[in-house]
Amino acid sequence: MSATTVKRKGLGLGVTAWLLGILFFLPIAWMALTSFHSESDAATNPPSFGAALTLDGYREFFGTGGGASPWPALINSTVASVSSTLLVLLLALPAAYALSVNRVRKWTDVLFFFLSTKMLPVVAGLLPIYLFAKNTDMLDNIWLLVILYTSMNLPIAVWMMQSFLAEVPVAIIEAARVDGARLPTILARVVAPIALPGIAATSLICFIFSWNELLFARVLTGVVAETAPVFLTGFITSQGLFLAKVCAASLVISLPVLAAGFAAQDKLVQGLSLGAVK
Amino acid sequence: MTATTTAPLATTPVRTTRQPSARLRAWATRAPLLPALVFMIAVTQLPFVATLVISFFDWNALYPKARHFTGVDNYREVLTDADLRHSVWTTVLLTVAVVLASLVLGLILALLLDRRFRGRGVVRTLLIAPFLVVPVAAALLWKHVLYNPEYGLLNGLLHYVGGPQPDWISNTPLLAVEASLVWQWTPFMMLILLAGLQSRDPQQLEAARVDGASDWQIFRHLTLPHLRRYLELGALLGSIYIVQNFDAVFTITSGGLGTANLPYTVYQSFYQAHANGLASAAGVLVVIGSIIIATFALRVVSSLFREEVGRA
Repeated sequence: MSATTVKRKGLGLGVTAWLLGILFFLPIAWMALTSFHSESDAATNPPSFGAALTLDGYREFFGTGGGASPWPALINSTVASVSSTLLVLLLALPAAYALSVNRVRKWTDVLFFFLSTKMLPVVAGLLPIYLFAKNTDMLDNIWLLVILYTSMNLPIAVWMMQSFLAEVPVAIIEAARVDGARLPTILARVVAPIALPGIAATSLICFIFSWNELLFARVLTGVVAETAPVFLTGFITSQGLFLAKVCAASLVISLPVLAAGFAAQDKLVQGLSLGAVK
Repeated sequence: MTATTTAPLATTPVRTTRQPSARLRAWATRAPLLPALVFMIAVTQLPFVATLVISFFDWNALYPKARHFTGVDNYREVLTDADLRHSVWTTVLLTVAVVLASLVLGLILALLLDRRFRGRGVVRTLLIAPFLVVPVAAALLWKHVLYNPEYGLLNGLLHYVGGPQPDWISNTPLLAVEASLVWQWTPFMMLILLAGLQSRDPQQLEAARVDGASDWQIFRHLTLPHLRRYLELGALLGSIYIVQNFDAVFTITSGGLGTANLPYTVYQSFYQAHANGLASAAGVLVVIGSIIIATFALRVVSSLFREEVGRA
């Protein structure tokens, strides 16, 4: 093989990668373009690529057209995702400390217990949780979702943080302990600053999973505690010309996840593989 | 919160001059772990035990007085009822098809992205995007914007080449759900496999190249064996997530047209039909199914590779 054929082959593979990348992104690009079209331009065949752009789809979505406002759902999703992420950090940081720095005996067994809860499908516990919520008047209460989302993300956070905390030099922690620092101080003042990039990535991933969750939210919430994905299910049945509105809604509700995902890009694999891949 | 209250205990060994008992020290080490552990057991294990118990009862929420123990009747009904049995089969089909297709596509993309080329970072970002669309939004996008027979993008593009105008969801409902899931999960597989590719030993690759090994030989004998662990992991995690998929089935077909998988059936049988006992039995089956799929997938993949390596 001469140098030029190698080079040409490399170029061909680069072009293939670009084409596939564009192909995968095409649905999202088309969704974004459609969200800026008028409803009549959005529903044409063949598609109108060059139609005039308008913000009508977004106006419709935000409820100025008379439909239900998405703001309560967006606020509920924010409360559920942010609160559960904070609760996860509060529980996972000390746990990870006990599993990586000052190790408990049989720490691997404990780690695998956390992992195994992730393999238990959500539907397996759904009915008892629903019955419990119904009998304790917790249905349609956003704090019930906060607790459930915490349990959903805690194993991921423990696994991720365990691997991040293992990188914190033991000597620094020892020094702090000899100086008489208590565990909360050690975690907050010594461990957290060093492991901050890892903690940030963990938070973003927990945020994404909570924001995306549908099954619990669908079954356990109603009018008051409805989250953004539940709001989106209102678009499942067609309502005449509504394509631009659907696209605007899907895009707005996906934006926080896209932003968090791109921010955590480097640590995304580690989080998704529960810390197994670095 | 609980961690704060137990913290003084953790530092006791340092402060006191007396040698603290070994048991006290062990508890001090364990203390930071306990809040998370207790929380997980309470929120995930107890409900499952309750599900297991309920699954042995004939219990319809509309007739609570008629609740009674029935042994394995619910399981018999789940496994003999044609609809329910179909949903077991659908779950298997959906999971296997989506995991395999996204694994193969993810591998191709990871291999392409492992090479250096202009704009690699941009392409990587473009490819990750589908995974970062809220699942319900992604399902809506496929249902209304791509699949719609009248104004969907797929038929719009077919229109240009004078192709047919099929009704994608009605004609091939399960395939329609699968395609949308493959689109979302391929980036996930790609990320895991890319991490695997980038953890190869560059010196070993260089040595093989110097010895005159072709690209294919390097792939077959160095890359593939090295990727085995990552392929297994992708298949395992993908199966665990997809076996419990609810969003896509619920959104695209609402469980109709024979696409109801077990999670959807569980949801429907207690949320709409109020058949608590039956729903619980189906839920227990999902758990058993996910355990089987996870171990089975792992075994198949690893034996496949052992065979390949043995033949080489």
